[in-house]
Amino acid sequence: MFQFRSSNSSASLRLPLFGGLSLLLVAATVFALSRGTIAIDWATLFVPGTEQAMQTTALLELRLPRVLLALLIGAVLAQAGAVTQALFRNPLAEPGLIGVSAGAALAAAIVFTRLDRLGDLAAWQGLLLPVAAFGGGLLAAVVVLRLSQRDGVTRMTTMLLAGTAINAFVAAIVGLLATSADDPGLRGFTLWMYGNLGRAGWGEIAIVGPVLLVLLLWLPREARALDALLLGDAEALHLGVPVERLKRRILIAVVLATAAAVSLAGIIGFVGLIVPHALRLIAGPGHRLLLPASALAGALLLVLADTAARTLATPAEWPVGALTSAIGAPFFLFLLLRLRDRAGLT
Amino acid sequence: MSLAAISAGYGVRGQRLIDNASLSLLPGQLHVLLGPNGAGKSTLLRLLAGDLKPDGGQVVLDDRPLSAWPSAALARRRAVMMQREDLPFPFRVDDVVALGRLPWQRSADAPAEQAMVAAALVEAGAAGLADRRYNELSGGERARVQLARALVQISAPDDREARYLLLDEPTASLDFAFQHHGLLTMRRLAARGVGVLAILQDPNLALRHADTVSLIERGRIIAHGLPNEVLAPERLSALYGLTIEAVRGPSGAICQLFATGSASR
Repeated sequence: MFQFRSSNSSASLRLPLFGGLSLLLVAATVFALSRGTIAIDWATLFVPGTEQAMQTTALLELRLPRVLLALLIGAVLAQAGAVTQALFRNPLAEPGLIGVSAGAALAAAIVFTRLDRLGDLAAWQGLLLPVAAFGGGLLAAVVVLRLSQRDGVTRMTTMLLAGTAINAFVAAIVGLLATSADDPGLRGFTLWMYGNLGRAGWGEIAIVGPVLLVLLLWLPREARALDALLLGDAEALHLGVPVERLKRRILIAVVLATAAAVSLAGIIGFVGLIVPHALRLIAGPGHRLLLPASALAGALLLVLADTAARTLATPAEWPVGALTSAIGAPFFLFLLLRLRDRAGLT
Repeated sequence: MSLAAISAGYGVRGQRLIDNASLSLLPGQLHVLLGPNGAGKSTLLRLLAGDLKPDGGQVVLDDRPLSAWPSAALARRRAVMMQREDLPFPFRVDDVVALGRLPWQRSADAPAEQAMVAAALVEAGAAGLADRRYNELSGGERARVQLARALVQISAPDDREARYLLLDEPTASLDFAFQHHGLLTMRRLAARGVGVLAILQDPNLALRHADTVSLIERGRIIAHGLPNEVLAPERLSALYGLTIEAVRGPSGAICQLFATGSASR
């Protein structure tokens, strides 16, 4: 299937890895654009005719923005997960630890279970929800980041503990809000919690897309510094890495990326935690391959999961956050069992 | 030209870990730092490395405070090997060593860089480990790999600038043969003009290989100079709270130190 790391460098893996993932991604994207209640006939799509208008509308106004969003968010979540694991030097770390998802969930819970009682608010929930979720995510992350900085130094162990505490605290409030909510509010919130890529359109993509794209392209530039950071803060400093500056920049990038993703699509688990591990099994732990490969694989997983989410139970939708795990977990276990020896896991 | 601590001090929560310590590491010199556990050897090394900032005095490289050096420029001049370095993910050994080229801003796939990595692995006695995974190695094997990483970091095509190597107990988990090999490597580096500072625990290794020795006790440097003068049995006996005797050669030079009795500390 893949050629594994041969003598002395990862260069031999670069082409098959990126080539294979890119081909799969293109195929998955075409597949995703083709599937849906309105069939797309690619042969006649650009030939003038009667069916054309409806097809074009379905494609350009509904499916294309949704597929683009799935690609972007999948890529960003997976890459953010990989760099978070490096920052914490912990394979179980994921961006949720910094409090972003919890803060966004609290804001969303308030919108769904409290604000809709004010009547007209429901009408502009479409705008209120992403803005509130983004703000809530940022706020919780800022609290965690501030708690873990002392004397100008960011302490990751403190951040791990502070993040866990903030997450538990926020989860408690969310639980209280949810149990005292009425049924429609609770159902809306539950659906949001499991992620949905159908809410956002071209407008949201125009605002968030460029930011996510810049983050996606910037993070791999710090790949070698992240490798060094895995040795430890002091060791990275000895290697000339400006450790504190790097950590802060990357934390800000992770927080922004995750908050943007969550605000548009709700909480999509699994991608940030497991996709990097799946790629480590294939490509090794070096970040120069891991970061771009995670982005491609994250995009691939989310675009497939979202296609399944919107087509398997039409006209209803399945929560995409549950499908990423349902599709990803068996594949990850397959990789784990097949590759653990060659990947150096004991 | 030197890497030097000038009356440097460092404290944590009111406790003085390093007090008014001066030490200058010269190019071409193998300098050994000896002292009891908890005396401040590693703290002094970390002050010289620049990852701790002195709260008194200063640490300078070529008369310029470390804090005034850009981090990458400093990393091209001095490399550090710490105790017990571990990695959370299974990196290959040659990839770990190649991290030493990070401050030099070149691609790790370049043939010249691969040659440097291979040469450093040989020099550190780790040539056979290149395609192993770092987290599967024993403590002694890891120490040799980290030494190779430090060597690669201060390998430069033209050596107009002096480079420095700071080693925190490089021989701690090495077997008898690799301890010998390690000290010969340090001597060879010194002969090439590198200033090498090594924390050791065995005064006999210092006696045999060091150009100069410093003794440190409770954060203060209590003696500094040639091994044969600094490592006098009376001084070591007082320092370690143990009766230490010397075997001397015909000229009166100390050949071997050994302890008798039990520690009174």
